[in-house]
Amino acid sequence: MLRYILGRLLSLSLSLIVASLVIFTVIEVIPGDPAAFMLGLNADEATVQALRADLGLDGSKAERYLAWIAGMIQGDFGTSYTYRVPVAELVADRLWVSLPLAVLSLILSTVIAFPVGLLAAANRGRAADYGIMGGTQLGIAIPNFWFGMLLVLVFAVNLRWFSAGGFPGWEEPLLALKSLLLPSVALALPQAAILARVMRSALIETLAQDYMRTARAKGLSRRQALLRHALRNALIPVLTIIGLQFSFLLAGAIIIENVFFLPGLGRLIFQGITQRDLVVVESVTMLLVFAVIVVTFLVDIAYAIADPRLRRRA
Amino acid sequence: MIEVDRLSLDIHGTPILRDVSFAMEPGKTFGLVGESGSGKSMTALALMQLLPDGSRTSGRASLDGIDLLDRPEAEMCTLRGNQLGMIFQEPMTALNPVRTIGDQVAETLRIHGAASRSDALDVARQKLDRVGLPQIALDRYPHELSGGQRQRVCIATAIALRPRLLIADEPTTALDVTTQAQILDLLRGLVDEEDMALLLITHDLAVVADMADHVAVMKTGEIVEQGATRDVLSQQRHAYTRALFEASHHRPGRTPRPAGAPLLTGQAIDRHYPGPRIGLLRRGDAIHAVNDVSLTLKEGESLGLVGESGCGKSTLTRAILGLDPIQGGEIRALGNAISPAMPHAMRAGIQVVFQDPYGSFNPRWTVEHLVAEPYHLLPAKPSRAEQKAEVAKALEAVGLQAADMDKYPHEFSGGQRQRIAIARALITHPKILVLDEAVSALDVRVRAQILDLLADLQDRMGLSYLFISHDLTVVRAITDRVMVMQAGQIVEEGPTDTVFATPEHPYTQALLAAAPRLPDYARKD
Repeated sequence: MLRYILGRLLSLSLSLIVASLVIFTVIEVIPGDPAAFMLGLNADEATVQALRADLGLDGSKAERYLAWIAGMIQGDFGTSYTYRVPVAELVADRLWVSLPLAVLSLILSTVIAFPVGLLAAANRGRAADYGIMGGTQLGIAIPNFWFGMLLVLVFAVNLRWFSAGGFPGWEEPLLALKSLLLPSVALALPQAAILARVMRSALIETLAQDYMRTARAKGLSRRQALLRHALRNALIPVLTIIGLQFSFLLAGAIIIENVFFLPGLGRLIFQGITQRDLVVVESVTMLLVFAVIVVTFLVDIAYAIADPRLRRRA
Repeated sequence: MIEVDRLSLDIHGTPILRDVSFAMEPGKTFGLVGESGSGKSMTALALMQLLPDGSRTSGRASLDGIDLLDRPEAEMCTLRGNQLGMIFQEPMTALNPVRTIGDQVAETLRIHGAASRSDALDVARQKLDRVGLPQIALDRYPHELSGGQRQRVCIATAIALRPRLLIADEPTTALDVTTQAQILDLLRGLVDEEDMALLLITHDLAVVADMADHVAVMKTGEIVEQGATRDVLSQQRHAYTRALFEASHHRPGRTPRPAGAPLLTGQAIDRHYPGPRIGLLRRGDAIHAVNDVSLTLKEGESLGLVGESGCGKSTLTRAILGLDPIQGGEIRALGNAISPAMPHAMRAGIQVVFQDPYGSFNPRWTVEHLVAEPYHLLPAKPSRAEQKAEVAKALEAVGLQAADMDKYPHEFSGGQRQRIAIARALITHPKILVLDEAVSALDVRVRAQILDLLADLQDRMGLSYLFISHDLTVVRAITDRVMVMQAGQIVEEGPTDTVFATPEHPYTQALLAAAPRLPDYARKD
């Protein structure tokens, strides 16, 4: 198991190095002079030169790459060109919105999906299964921003239980959590629908295995066999989807952030792109890549916990 | 005391069992024999009430006076695993891969409230010791065990609560002969010791003769004959019983002929796999699947290759077919060296028939398409009309009809599909036919027919066979010479009759001793 974890860590580090090289190459090297690009077509030469010096673009490409990496390791992500504040600060603020939102959505979607998937698999081919399959189809088909607006209309505008958007900050944790609730429901529902379907089909495949018949021959009821023997065997595909969903929730919540006026990472990177703030784009992209790779690593560890056969492979 | 009285079953309206009646006593073994589809397994599943959805039963099946057929599901759950134990054919997949074996044996006790968690693990330890696994720790996972060991774990799980009835559904069919002998021994010992009744379901008459006190012969959902094993086997009153017996030791008539020049020769063949990865850059020791093997197949000869699973016979077969590269030695056939890069025309000269004909057919192709496929190996493809004529000829040669070429594989039985596979192998007029467990999946009567067909084709076309099988009876029936393979090496080689009559190598002796044989009183030849 230790060897497995070390192997995964090594592969994690390699992925990070490759990803950082790709991001650096794409942003710094390919489109000509970043300073001129950031300032636009009409900038005069002196301003461009000043920005070049400011951004540390004078050294060779290798030097700049190493300086960038060294900075990031020390927590220095550079200074945002538009906001005029350190990117690290900017990102940290936004992360405190995006990360809780993603975690909350993931918890919600998992909590919904597991029982629903189990129920559908246990009642395969019966009314409950058809009902759930129809419902999840609807859940996947509805765009989450539309669902988000519907939630605002019902719970904020009509019932006035929640505010329609915005984020008050973590000084008052309950209020902050409350303001994240509607957006996380909007994000979680389609994810839960997908997860429940994956769960159902993984369980149904597992139910046909020989060891399920052995379990029944031992005296387990259908339900006991499902919970004790089928569930853990069905986890691998479910864990894969959960990992993918977390990455998506962290970076891809931009539309929902806009619907609910949340200052999250998605909005930050969107603003960075529209304002040509390459320092922000570069750093946030790297951060998201880092998050995705770490999540993948955690999912790999979860695989090995779920399935002993995977532990010996490095 | 178990009594089954006029048990009938239909699934979604299709009759499966009709008026099945038999009785079993504690401490005795009752054998249920028959071909696939005869209803043996369904009889067992009816007793367990684990039938597929849409099943309807009638009649009675009582265990100590309780009728199992009309018990509610909740009560059946208290009987299964407790009064009724069952083990299945495939030990490789019968255990949950993500839970330890100790946990799985202990679960039988836990689920019936017979012991606390720690006590249950103690009992699990005792039961695993009893089934012959004292050296296996409770926290091992199924994938760390061999097939025979896994079947022992299944047995421990089934007998943990000392059931009144143990049902064993083809418990040794997936195992090697030496392992089979050990598992049968274990079951025999348990029946005596625990005073339980054993319902042994098998297609193998020799196993039944060896194990059962009473036997019932099943055919298409009915018991055609039953009684004390010795009576049934020696008298063979029913025509179907006779047919099964004749087929199970059938030897096709073969015209003896002198073997010609060598067609296929292998010199010091080595086939190694790289070892498993250890860390990122290191690898474990290479696996020597085939080690210094030499062989010669002469024209018109039939050469057998026997050995247990994992001995390297499939790896050797793949090398001979030119599917995998070899790391040492040389294989030559029809005057050329064999390698994965050999020209197509050479492949046309060596064709193969595999074990599972259904798995090797594309289900969406017609028989004509399937049989004509090897034509792509020839430099010039025949015209459509010629192809049709040739396919018709090949189908007729294997006992099918020309009209069958427009059908699809699912329209044929297992034996007919194997005939199609043989027709496909013959279409390019090869000199050498490799038969890789080609009759192993077939019922005895069908197997006898295919063996007859193979003998007949060899006589008519002068083919050379390389016949690979784990089944000694079959190899004995169809080959002139035999090679015995163990752990990647040929340990004994010689004329088939000599090797079987006076085996010299201890491994050959062990194989022959372990193979179940029909007792002399059952032979009518």
